[in-house]
Amino acid sequence: MMQYIPYNIPFIAVALLMGVALFIILFKRNLIKIIMGIAILGAGVNLFLVTLGYRAGGVAPIYTVAPEGVMVLPVPQALTLTNIVITVSVIALMLTMVMFTYRHMGDIDAKKSRLLRG
Amino acid sequence: MLSKIVRTISNQLILFILVFGLYIIMHGHVTPGGGFQGGAVIASGVVMMIVAFGSSEIKKSLRERHLSVVESSGALIFIGMAFAGMGTIFFYNFLVGTPVFGGIPPTGPNPGNVWTGGVIPLMNLGVGLKVIAGLSAVVLAMALFSSGEEIEE
Amino acid sequence: MRQVVAWFVLITLVAFLLAGALLIHPFGYPPSDMDDYMIANSQAETANNNVVAAVLFDYRGLDTLGEATVLFTAVTGVLLLFRALKKREKKT
Repeated sequence: MMQYIPYNIPFIAVALLMGVALFIILFKRNLIKIIMGIAILGAGVNLFLVTLGYRAGGVAPIYTVAPEGVMVLPVPQALTLTNIVITVSVIALMLTMVMFTYRHMGDIDAKKSRLLRG
Repeated sequence: MLSKIVRTISNQLILFILVFGLYIIMHGHVTPGGGFQGGAVIASGVVMMIVAFGSSEIKKSLRERHLSVVESSGALIFIGMAFAGMGTIFFYNFLVGTPVFGGIPPTGPNPGNVWTGGVIPLMNLGVGLKVIAGLSAVVLAMALFSSGEEIEE
Repeated sequence: MRQVVAWFVLITLVAFLLAGALLIHPFGYPPSDMDDYMIANSQAETANNNVVAAVLFDYRGLDTLGEATVLFTAVTGVLLLFRALKKREKKT
């Protein structure tokens, strides 16, 4: 395992970024901050997919006037595109629900609102 | 509504933003880009107009009902292109070899030809329309609601 | 009590993430059989230069169909919620 550590710093960065996002989701009580945590989680997944598909010395997988060299993997990039669109959709829907909650109860604290208390 | 300087600059910039977004959408099969990215660019232009002019001014020329129609037609283009290749298999690229987007690029790095790709440019166009209308409708609905305007049924 | 459970969940998840980050393939040298096939054959099979567009609309087209469905559902839900909210405020 030890010889992998210098090469795996991007994956460790992904793990720490997703750890920050999970901390925000688990411990914050403001609903807007929870949505920010979910956005950071989506960014962490994007970073993981891009680093997963990187090949050493690779160029973009597009053949139009392509330079010399191997190409990076195309499937993780397509999955990244999917993840960006789905994150935007989910955040739009959640922000709408938070506006609904605020108009309905006058507060966006997850502990104080009666319907959201777990 | 923001100041007159911002409104004038936005009026000049929106044309270039629209042309650039359309370029990204229609060249999605030869250069980096595609339907999602170009749609996001054009939706950002719409958001810029909403910020500069205020949602009540934008509401006079851009209605959510029309945006719904554009979004549904984009989805129909996408699914229709997928079903049109049903004679062989779902998502079959049936336009390769025909006069419409039918060229086949040479293998390996080449200068690029827009007139290739089969159904993929048309699918990019459908997805681009869908993303433009979807994101614009979401932002317009939020802006109209938070400014207290009427939302059209 | 809730704080203790939350800390336990957080530490467990981050530990699993770090273990995965250390045990995955070395950065820059991924296993790539399927992607090598797509890079080699996408120009002959789908007739376009952009391999990412070929994956998005041809090899994994059903994935993009599901993504478009998610976007459509989210936009429909946002518009429906705003209309319901407007109607409720007009009534009261």
